[in-house]
Amino acid sequence: MSNLTDLTLKAALDGLTSKQFTSVELTQAHLTAMESARALNAYIAETPEKALQMAAASDVRRASGDAGPLDGAPLGIKDLFCTEGVGTTAGSKMLANFKPTYESTVTSQLWRDGAVMLGKLNLDEFAMGSSNESSASGPVINPWRAIGSDRKLTPGGSSGGSAAAVAAGLCLGATATDTGGSIRQPAAFTGTVGIKPTYGRCSRWGIVAFASSLDQAGPITRTVEDAALMLGSMAGHDPKDSTSLDLPVPDFSAFVGRSVKGLRIGVPKEYRVDGMPAEIEALWTQGIAWLKAAGCEVVEISLPNTKYALPAYYIVAPAEASSNLARYDGMRFGLRAAGSNLTETYENTRAQGFGDEVKRRILIGTYVLSHGYYDAYYIKALKVRRCISDDFDSAWTQCDAILTPTAPSAAFALGENASDPVAMYLNDVFTVTVNLAGLPGLSLPAGLSSEGLPLGLQLIGKPLDEGTLFSLASVMEKAADVSQRPQSWWRASS
Amino acid sequence: MAIDVATVRKVARLSRIAEPEEVLPALAEQLNGIMQWIEQLAEVDTDGVEPLTSVVNQGLPLREDVVTEGGDASRVLANAPKSVGGFFVVPKVVE
Amino acid sequence: MTSHIKLIEGRTGTWEIVLGLEVHAQVNSNAKLFSGAAVGFGAGPNEQVSLVDAAMPGMLPVLNKHCVEQAVRTGLGLKAQINLKSRFDRKNYFYPDLPSGYQISQFEFPIVGEGEVEVEHDDGSTFTVRIERLHLEQDAGKSIHDMDPGATYVDLNRAGTALMEIVSKPDMRSPEEASAYVKKLRSILMYLGSCDGDMEKGNLRADVNVSVCRPGAYEKFRETGSFSHLGTRCEIKNVNSYRYIREAIEYEARRQVEILEDGGKIDQETRLFDPNLGETRSMRSKEEAHDYRYFPDPDLLPLVLEQAWIDSIKAGLPELPDEKKARLVSQYGLSPYDAGVLITEGPRADLFEALAKGHDAKLAANTITQSVLTFANAQNAEVTAEGVLHITVPMLTEYLGLIEEGVISSKIAKEVFERMATGEGGPKAIVEKHGLVQVNDTGALEAIIDRLIADNPGQAVAVKEKPQAIGWFVGQVMKETGGKANPGVINGMLKAKLGLE
Repeated sequence: MSNLTDLTLKAALDGLTSKQFTSVELTQAHLTAMESARALNAYIAETPEKALQMAAASDVRRASGDAGPLDGAPLGIKDLFCTEGVGTTAGSKMLANFKPTYESTVTSQLWRDGAVMLGKLNLDEFAMGSSNESSASGPVINPWRAIGSDRKLTPGGSSGGSAAAVAAGLCLGATATDTGGSIRQPAAFTGTVGIKPTYGRCSRWGIVAFASSLDQAGPITRTVEDAALMLGSMAGHDPKDSTSLDLPVPDFSAFVGRSVKGLRIGVPKEYRVDGMPAEIEALWTQGIAWLKAAGCEVVEISLPNTKYALPAYYIVAPAEASSNLARYDGMRFGLRAAGSNLTETYENTRAQGFGDEVKRRILIGTYVLSHGYYDAYYIKALKVRRCISDDFDSAWTQCDAILTPTAPSAAFALGENASDPVAMYLNDVFTVTVNLAGLPGLSLPAGLSSEGLPLGLQLIGKPLDEGTLFSLASVMEKAADVSQRPQSWWRASS
Repeated sequence: MAIDVATVRKVARLSRIAEPEEVLPALAEQLNGIMQWIEQLAEVDTDGVEPLTSVVNQGLPLREDVVTEGGDASRVLANAPKSVGGFFVVPKVVE
Repeated sequence: MTSHIKLIEGRTGTWEIVLGLEVHAQVNSNAKLFSGAAVGFGAGPNEQVSLVDAAMPGMLPVLNKHCVEQAVRTGLGLKAQINLKSRFDRKNYFYPDLPSGYQISQFEFPIVGEGEVEVEHDDGSTFTVRIERLHLEQDAGKSIHDMDPGATYVDLNRAGTALMEIVSKPDMRSPEEASAYVKKLRSILMYLGSCDGDMEKGNLRADVNVSVCRPGAYEKFRETGSFSHLGTRCEIKNVNSYRYIREAIEYEARRQVEILEDGGKIDQETRLFDPNLGETRSMRSKEEAHDYRYFPDPDLLPLVLEQAWIDSIKAGLPELPDEKKARLVSQYGLSPYDAGVLITEGPRADLFEALAKGHDAKLAANTITQSVLTFANAQNAEVTAEGVLHITVPMLTEYLGLIEEGVISSKIAKEVFERMATGEGGPKAIVEKHGLVQVNDTGALEAIIDRLIADNPGQAVAVKEKPQAIGWFVGQVMKETGGKANPGVINGMLKAKLGLE
């Protein structure tokens, strides 16, 4: 039943509750869709046996009245989350054969709530990238294509596989992570909803670390309501993560559909960048109009240090990554290359195990932390980080949420930014400020480009105020009414 | 501050990543490109600004002094490239 | 006053040594600093390893409260500043026994700041060693190089164990001062219970920084605080015995002097002491300059302590060595020297106080410092508050009683103790069995004395001229009584009979 994969997460759960179908049926439908969508390369690993086992167990629970909030829902898991007994590669040769003996906290909570695992989703290697082109498992192809073109486009990154899978109906929802925009930008490129919650809302325990002070897990889904549902299961205090917020998880779903009348929406003038495509500007204006129509007050605000966010990010993130990735050394797990002594083994293992982008960032990170440069680069970047955070603190005295475009363009072609790392970095210009300040940020599909490609708008909220984002996003979702799905060109003709 | 070949070589060694001599010039150029783009941070007036090391507004949580983990060497060694008798086996360290 | 500054005479003149020590003390805890794996000796390889210690992907540190408390207690024991705000930093380098590729330590903002330790020289005089700081850090695992000629075996049981690194200022001027400092520091840690002080197991070890300078230079350094007055220093790592500390310093100081006298320069480097050869050798190749790239650990938040908590910890501290020593002197009238020997180990002082209850303090002190300690050392046994091996407090108090009541002379007492040591039983039983009761019968003694004086007129006269010659008579009486006469009584009687008063 292919229409089972067209359901939203919420509708699927309702269908399971009203016994229109079983989780096994629902899961099988997705497994079948995955089989015929391999051209997209969204999944690094499919776990059909496990999925059907979990689905069967769910059906038993449901029959005895024991269903959890996500019971029976088949989900995809970004291959950055360690899943016990199931290979976890982080998109890297370094971990090609790594099988964790432990389960990440976020995914344990999904299984606790009854969800079903379809497989591990493709990503940029070690979550470093904006196009999913750096994965050792090959690039992910965006299910969306420009009108009249069969050019392969990127789904964005690093959570490219997650976004593509949700957009193509290969799972009801997917876990993802966001360090500089890796949930929001792929969501925008694929016409899906993605939210990076407040830093500390979701536990980082068991998620392969990239940049500790920036990484956050979050869901990618088809609708705002689905995102609220999934985040509710993913979030929560974890004593095993010292940066995890010791606060109760709000009922995010309750915020969906709430009135936003009287909320003040900030529009930061610095986000109007040179060379911004007219249609993105137009979409932004459209978004403002929707919110005004819903009773919001729109305020122009200033976030003066916006343009320095990207360079600051490209110091802080690589610095932390250079240290977090030191454990990938061939000694206790993962790839071990040949070497005639210890140093050679280290150097060959890491040269062979890591791709070019990861190596670049490790080298930059090591450089900016090294003796003589630490103050000029790393400390300077942390000071700029505080300035950026302070900018938002002032902004919150004038508004309750901020509206910006998510990305400076629609999905671009594979290989387009291959030669210039900096050009690739510029993809995150609208999103990195949010990670630096630790704020919640949500991207929702707001329209299509002239080429028929999805465009997203981003809502940025006060710390801990995911609720307001869900309320605003659900209003905009209704107004935008982006019901189009990508044409499923990828189904193997047989 | 320009990154030259000698610097890349040194940084690669510090990072324990083997980079063949032939690629060093191109790598240096690429890294330089990135660093030059980063230079614009110098434009920001950060006098008197405290570095922001954490966006979390709570105290460092503490754990009780209780043994809750360990006791299973096989779990620790499960993914080891080489292990013997409960030890990780690694290339010889020369002191 | 004797100078305790060690001098080395070279061809070109005199040299002095300057020493600073970084002592690593393993915190006495059940679990590790940032993980819930067990701490301790003797487990099979990798059996006391959490996934966090093994640095598996996605693992995160969580700080052990008990370890923080021990660091605070130790800081208070060092009379040091407790920093209410401190931070953990990553020290980055690659080594197989360091799984994450970085050690979580404290670089810029340690938990404890400046303090000081009073240290005793052998002659009883004291000197002060200033403490620079104390910080918490993770220990590394163990790399074993001799199990396989072509490979290294790694056991991570120790990886992640909490260490307190105690950094002194360069205030020691001789090998003896350095080992005395470590001894005192160890004593303080053991009194606090924050470290078990087991140097053999490596739970307490020292990195010794050695440099040499010309006379006068050190004083300039203390005046100005500028290190330019001191020589280049070398660090000798992981020395874990008092003897090795002294030997390593001796060798290293001379090595440096020789180089300098030949017109050479000292390379700042890390060295290891080889106890078999009695030499230090360079540890790392010269081109491997370590750039640790310290930065704040982003998986942890700043550590903020409440003053009220510190105050409550302070109120609960046990009596520390210096306080105990002062109290033993004032309360029991002991000499500072005797008190110093007794407080070296807490249980020893406790034993003293148990014995001193209702007995002569000086006698109790001497019994411990002379008889008990000798016995303990010979048996390689520990003195506890209950005694040592089979020699218990009740036996010792009985023993003291016998001496005080004059039942046995001090000479006989030694014999009694030796028999106690060999396990013959309690002191009373021994005295009875061997008929060792002191002869106090003045009648019998008088008879012996009268006879001796009569038989030795020459000696009797000699005594009048040289009163010390009375010792000869005392010895004779002791001989005749088989050592059982009460020397005090004999002395008194002899004096009277020989006309001395």
